[in-house]
Amino acid sequence: MTSVVATNQTILVVGGGISGMTAALEAAETGKQVVLVERNPWLGGRTAQLYRYFPKMCHPTCGLEINLRRLKANPRIQVLTLAEVTGISGTKGDYSVTVKLTPRHVNENCTACGDCGKAVSAEIDDAFNYNLGKIKAAYLPHSMAYPQRYVIDRSIVGTPEADKAKAACKYGAIDLEQQEEVVSLKAGAIVWATGWKPYDAEKITPYRYGEFPNVITNVEFERLADPHGPTGGKILRPSDGREAKNVAFIQCAGSRDENHLRHCSRFCCMGSLKQTHYVQEAYGDAGKSTIYYIDIRAIDRFEDFYAKVKANPNVSFIKSKVARISQDKDQNPVLWGVNTEGYKRYSNPHDLVVLAVGMEPSVKGVDIPAEVMADSSGFIMADPANAGIFGAGCATNALDVNRAVQSATAAALRAIQVVNKVARAEA
Amino acid sequence: MSNANEQMAARYKNNFLKEIEEQAEMGEWVKMCMQCGVCSGSCPTNFHPGWDHPPQEIFMMIRAGKREEVLTSNSMWMCTSCYNCYVRCPRKLPITHIMHGIAEYAYRLGVAPKFQPTLHLSQTFWNNCTKTGRVNEVKLTQSLYFKDGFMAGIKKGLEMKDVALGLVKAKRLNIMEALGGGHKCKDIKGIQAMLAKAKELEAKRKAAKAAA
Ligand SMILES: Cc1cc2nc3c(=O)[nH]c(=O)nc-3n(C[C@H](O)[C@H](O)[C@H](O)COP(=O)(O)OP(=O)(O)OC[C@H]3O[C@@H](n4cnc5c(N)ncnc54)[C@H](O)[C@@H]3O)c2cc1C
Ligand code: SF4
Ligand code: SF4
Ligand code: SF4
Ligand code: SF4
Repeated sequence: MTSVVATNQTILVVGGGISGMTAALEAAETGKQVVLVERNPWLGGRTAQLYRYFPKMCHPTCGLEINLRRLKANPRIQVLTLAEVTGISGTKGDYSVTVKLTPRHVNENCTACGDCGKAVSAEIDDAFNYNLGKIKAAYLPHSMAYPQRYVIDRSIVGTPEADKAKAACKYGAIDLEQQEEVVSLKAGAIVWATGWKPYDAEKITPYRYGEFPNVITNVEFERLADPHGPTGGKILRPSDGREAKNVAFIQCAGSRDENHLRHCSRFCCMGSLKQTHYVQEAYGDAGKSTIYYIDIRAIDRFEDFYAKVKANPNVSFIKSKVARISQDKDQNPVLWGVNTEGYKRYSNPHDLVVLAVGMEPSVKGVDIPAEVMADSSGFIMADPANAGIFGAGCATNALDVNRAVQSATAAALRAIQVVNKVARAEA
Repeated sequence: MSNANEQMAARYKNNFLKEIEEQAEMGEWVKMCMQCGVCSGSCPTNFHPGWDHPPQEIFMMIRAGKREEVLTSNSMWMCTSCYNCYVRCPRKLPITHIMHGIAEYAYRLGVAPKFQPTLHLSQTFWNNCTKTGRVNEVKLTQSLYFKDGFMAGIKKGLEMKDVALGLVKAKRLNIMEALGGGHKCKDIKGIQAMLAKAKELEAKRKAAKAAA
């Protein structure tokens, strides 16, 4: 049985992305007891799945590293991975929560030596790389994963494959008897930081995502550019593995659209501007990027970044929302539309098309097991009716990392106030 | 310039957008356009040189106050009602209906382009089908084929001969309609009275708006 120490002065943080980690750390570093619940077998969320991040173009592992160090040094945070909140009852200052734990089948003895992975042959989709490739069913989710501990995928448990993995482990770290369990805990306040998911590009039917192999999404492009990604950091076309040197970016793919997401996702203009750097980095002057946009929203201090990309002769801008995509005989996607500057129509072939898909809150369509107010896009609002539950990061709005962290700190402060009140009442 | 047209131009001096919003059906939607260009990129008009302006350009011209150019344009008349723009518009503008609303307004003011083929078709179709409450296909075809003169009509008729015979065989075309036979509404007087009433109500509504 997993044991969790928690009282009504504990702060529960749901979601272990950059926002959840920040909220947990801020609260714990003021002396509060924190339980951090993450659905994945690793922490870091979608930030960890980026190659570099704007505006400084550093690798996200760097920023995460600092947070992980703070986390490891702090005894007041209990981390539960492969965990999901299934029920919340009670009120502000006195919540009772149930958390479902899915077995990892690997315990603390694991040294991440990798022998189990070598021993099994069964493969599963590589979720960390947005299913762009396959990985072994005994795996480390990604090289920087925290906890640095392997996972035995449940699909092989009960098969000879799992036995092979267990036999390969020299440290007695594999426990195939682990069962799913539900733990109950108390919490005075809850920070909901479950982040976002990329909008389902298949719903934007004129862009034929899922049908044309060389039409991909911006999150997939991050993985293509990353040396730890499925292509080892080479920007290659999914259809034929050829180098993609003429890349188109389609902005507002699903955002600012009453038929899809109503809101502007805010990060995706900057996201594509950033990704033109990847093309330049990979192919030098032979790498050409074209951004099709309605208007570029590089807000406040990001204007500089935009100006620099604009000055790059290898990047062109076409002011137009692309109407549709077709495909020529070499599987080059062809973009059709009208350039609204001069009303010139175009049909431009490219090697690869990247859809700058927007952010959908991951709470949308999911039952938070409590009454929480959301806006028309499904983002959690700051509302007194939410009592002791506070949204943080991309669960509350489409935000970049910097703003997500600010929002998380704010949520932590609100949660701290609640548990302080509880502490005073009990003193 | 016709009288109604001059009156409206004077009344909405320098504010053509307001004029469209208040006078043309669905005109109130024009201001919602964010000029993304999806409608123009989706519009078949845009791929035919004879058609003046795609919808997004029309909406921009309305805002820019290009009254004369918009109202006398053939664009709205060339709209095929394919609804490509309508389903793709990220602001959910009912573009097809706006195009028709502006066309009708131009027609009401008497400034719609003369000899515009789709305008001619609309009139001919309306006159034809309101006569008996059902379309007389033979007469409709005749009046369309012969609109450019007798010889042109004969030529077109011969061109389409096989299609016509096919339609007759499939009982889709009744040649008796040429002599006034074929399908009709049971209560012709009734349907005509109904249409007249509807027209009266609509005219009243639009006149009230114009006078407001
Ligand atoms: C293509 C792309 C490029 C980007 N580039 C940049 C950039 O360069 N710079 C920048 O500042 N920002 C960038 N962003 C934005 C950045 O990804 C977000 O700001 C950031 O991920 C927000 O972090 P978060 O913790 O709020 O959410 P997330 O990263 O989504 O984390 C949420 C966490 O909650 C977990 N979770 C979800 N549901 C549950 C549940 N029910 N129970 C338990 N756990 C749950 C998830 O597994 C995840 O770990 C980019 C985004 C995209 C799409
Ligand atoms: S589970 Fe065992 S074999 Fe697998 S990585 Fe960990 S220590 Fe190595
Ligand atoms: S940030 Fe840019 S691409 Fe993203 S929704 Fe807003 S305008 Fe569109
Ligand atoms: S698609 Fe809609 S919003 Fe875009 S230009 Fe056309 S009318 Fe305007
Ligand atoms: S409905 Fe009319 S305006 Fe719209 S795309 Fe079709 S032809 Fe063009």
